[in-house]
Amino acid sequence: MEPAERLDKNHELAVKDYPYIIRWRDDRCKRCGKCTAVCPMFSIEPSVIVQRELHSEGPTPEPKTVRRVTTIIKQTTEISKYCTGCGTCTLVCPNEAIEPEYNPQHKFTFHKNKGGHPYRRGGRRNDPTPSTLDTLRFSRISMLTDPALDAGRHEFRIRTYLGRILPAEELPVKVVKGKLEVDKKSGKFIPPVREIYPVMIGSMSIGALSPNMWEGLAMGVTYLNEVEGMPVVMCSGEGGMPQRLLKSRFMKYFIPQIASGYFGWDEIVRTIPHMVEDPCAIEIKYGQGAKPGDGGLLMAHKVLKLISEIRGVPMGVDLPSPPTHQTKYSIEEAVAKMIQSMSMAWGFRVPVYPKISGSHTAKAVLNNLVRNPYAAALSIDGDDGATGAAYNVSMDSMGHPIASNIRECYLDLVAQGKQNELPLIAAGGAGKKGNLAANAASLFMLGASCVSIGKYIMQAAAQCFGDEYNRCNVCNLGKCPRGITTQDPKLYRRLDPDKVAERVVEVYKSLDVELKKIFAPMGRSTELPIGMSDGISSVNPAVSERLKINFTC
Amino acid sequence: MCRLAAITSSDYFSPVENILALETMKEGHDGSGMGLILKGLGGEFEELKEYPVLSGICSKDGLKALDDYMNKLGFQLKYTWTPKTKPVTGIESRDYYFARVYDYPDVYKDRPVEDQEALLLNTRLALRRLGESDESIIIFTFYPDILALKEVGDPMQLGEFFGLDKSSLKAKIILAQGRQNTNYAINLYACHPFFIQGYGTMTNGENTAFIPIREFLSGRGFPGYIGYNSDSEVFCHILHYACKQLGYPLHYYKDIVTPLKAEEIDARPDSEAVRFLKMSLRPLCIDGPNCVIGFTPDGTCFMLQDAKKLRPGVVGGVKGKYGLMSEECGLDSAGSKRDRSTDVFPMKYDMVIVKPEAEEVTVWNQLSG
Ligand code: SF4
Ligand code: SF4
Repeated sequence: MEPAERLDKNHELAVKDYPYIIRWRDDRCKRCGKCTAVCPMFSIEPSVIVQRELHSEGPTPEPKTVRRVTTIIKQTTEISKYCTGCGTCTLVCPNEAIEPEYNPQHKFTFHKNKGGHPYRRGGRRNDPTPSTLDTLRFSRISMLTDPALDAGRHEFRIRTYLGRILPAEELPVKVVKGKLEVDKKSGKFIPPVREIYPVMIGSMSIGALSPNMWEGLAMGVTYLNEVEGMPVVMCSGEGGMPQRLLKSRFMKYFIPQIASGYFGWDEIVRTIPHMVEDPCAIEIKYGQGAKPGDGGLLMAHKVLKLISEIRGVPMGVDLPSPPTHQTKYSIEEAVAKMIQSMSMAWGFRVPVYPKISGSHTAKAVLNNLVRNPYAAALSIDGDDGATGAAYNVSMDSMGHPIASNIRECYLDLVAQGKQNELPLIAAGGAGKKGNLAANAASLFMLGASCVSIGKYIMQAAAQCFGDEYNRCNVCNLGKCPRGITTQDPKLYRRLDPDKVAERVVEVYKSLDVELKKIFAPMGRSTELPIGMSDGISSVNPAVSERLKINFTC
Repeated sequence: MCRLAAITSSDYFSPVENILALETMKEGHDGSGMGLILKGLGGEFEELKEYPVLSGICSKDGLKALDDYMNKLGFQLKYTWTPKTKPVTGIESRDYYFARVYDYPDVYKDRPVEDQEALLLNTRLALRRLGESDESIIIFTFYPDILALKEVGDPMQLGEFFGLDKSSLKAKIILAQGRQNTNYAINLYACHPFFIQGYGTMTNGENTAFIPIREFLSGRGFPGYIGYNSDSEVFCHILHYACKQLGYPLHYYKDIVTPLKAEEIDARPDSEAVRFLKMSLRPLCIDGPNCVIGFTPDGTCFMLQDAKKLRPGVVGGVKGKYGLMSEECGLDSAGSKRDRSTDVFPMKYDMVIVKPEAEEVTVWNQLSG
């Protein structure tokens, strides 16, 4: 017997199966069509229906039935055109007639694998619960026992170091006439160290980001350095940097990243002789918190002219970076040789550090680096980090939270007395719920020397729609409705780089004030309270025990 | 707030002078305790300067265990000083307060000073461990020409309790601290001043950077960097680490605990080295609020403030005798006919240094180096 599916649509999905349901109000809609035009997913379309209406026109009620053909806005149930809940339609609607509504009962992940292709997306882990960092409190307040500092009046120095720091015992200094002098003849290698603002903008590539977004961030960072005197630095992400920037004096604010695809590095290496400033540092990417063990991927539709030039590849081809550095077969090789060759490329004047994804094995990498005099830091990216493109399963189910990973690595260094020698950079999750200053301060107190942010700045500076309810998250498709992660000029021209830069500056200035507001009552102002673990507490005994911090209730 | 009274002099003087200064500075109830460290001992000790003095408190059982241990190591008891205690209301007397002078075990007599110092340190730590659980042995110091006395109670009453007014106990440098009345459940190991291998300090204020500093010091692999019953003990160990372990001249202690900004360092003649120190010793920044008073093995005394200068501190006196006090009224009590206009109140960049034998006061300015 022929199944009845054609008639009862039994194999189709209902709107109720989708994560976002469009609430459209017939009475408010003036049929301008802006929403359907702007929807990046083509999830809504104009449609016509026949409506039965009751009319009465005379002085006394004489109801008559009329049938009218009207246009409506209809949500499609085709899974490739699912509504992401981005809300761009709401944004452009002149009459507040349309809005996506989250549907907690959705069954999206059951179905988003047509053709046997697992669900891929951008964004972050779809876990809306607060991270451990958000549950920590700063509970050590100096008050009457000692005068607390005044965030508005006292001088604060919120700075950190990026680079391998020699232990005092190994410094090539000697006493000459009652003063310390650097012993030039000692022949001792002194690793390069930068003094930077302790919250950096983490690796997001040109390619993943639109030119306008990247330019906005870069301008913001440069302004912070040149005008505000805040040495904020930014990592390029994989895929190189524009020649103009490579050859500029602003290069010292940037950290080019080399990853397993080595994209853009032919161009960078060829430019080295023409550089007027060394870069701040070099980041070698081994892993990413959002998708541990997975490589990068820049989809063909994002590889347009600018990207192909910067990366040194043809236009319109998929650019996959393998999950590992394929030419290296062991940690000794991968880490030691790469760090050494990158250091050598700049005459050992530039700090070179690896970035790995948060993992139980982070300590093994750490201990390898501790014994490598050229390793400048270790960046650990926790599972609340974000990405431009990854499998949903990697994002949602893989990885290690940053809080305990940083803590155990720091305590491992403490046990070896080397906590000041190899700075730890904490990434992946700072500012998940918007509490950047509090999260960053907690990470410092757990042992991080520096914090790296990505999606926070995308949200704060460019109003990225993404959240942990899988809102938007189509960064991988080149359809970014905000113009942040797309190479389509029609989309990215929506984004004004000047506005992004302005927001970057505002974000950092307010972050600075908030950090002072945290440090002042705790009596810290001269140095970053790295490892000041008595400053924080948790209301969860298991967390306090794991992080070796106070328990409060 | 803890009260600090240090006096350095070219002549021997009695710790009663320090206690009187503490009394002048006292505000309200204060019975949390007092610590005294005497350096450059006079009286009976004057002839015994090269021999180590073990200072502490024992129970009867503890004394036996201590004797057994010292005999086993081969230390020979040369002289014993005990305070002539008398009952004072509010002071709970322990069994046996002592300062005992020993001669080194025979095998150590001709060994280099470093070996002797290591022996003294390890012996002190071993004795401390021996009596720590039941408080049967409490050891403060074991070093030549150094004597320490600590107990819970009001400083004036303690002076009376120890009979210091009638005692011949004298020294050329005495550090005294009266503990602030917010400290309860007092462990005598938490009582200032602190001492390690020739270096002594006492502090007032709360050390907000205590945990990172403690973790850093504990990781140096030096057996003496333990204890930390008080967050202020680290100030003494930083001094020892800077001057003895790293061999830096004294004023770099200031550069370590209150590092300059990068721009300020540029103006220093030794900027290159100072820049390295700031980075390599970053966890030792004290961040305050603290006033630190201390001495070094050669008898130099100093006072410095944290970078915010949220704690009072003043140095004054006449050539041959200077006081380093947390408050000016303490100086008034101790100092004789000094010219008050020459009193020095160190500001954030200053380190006041009083030369050995209270020869002169100089102010080292961190900005100019
Ligand atoms: S919320 Fe976004 S994806 Fe959904 S209909 Fe509106 S514009 Fe389209
Ligand atoms: S707004 Fe752009 S960057 Fe943000 S989640 Fe959507 S597609 Fe991604």
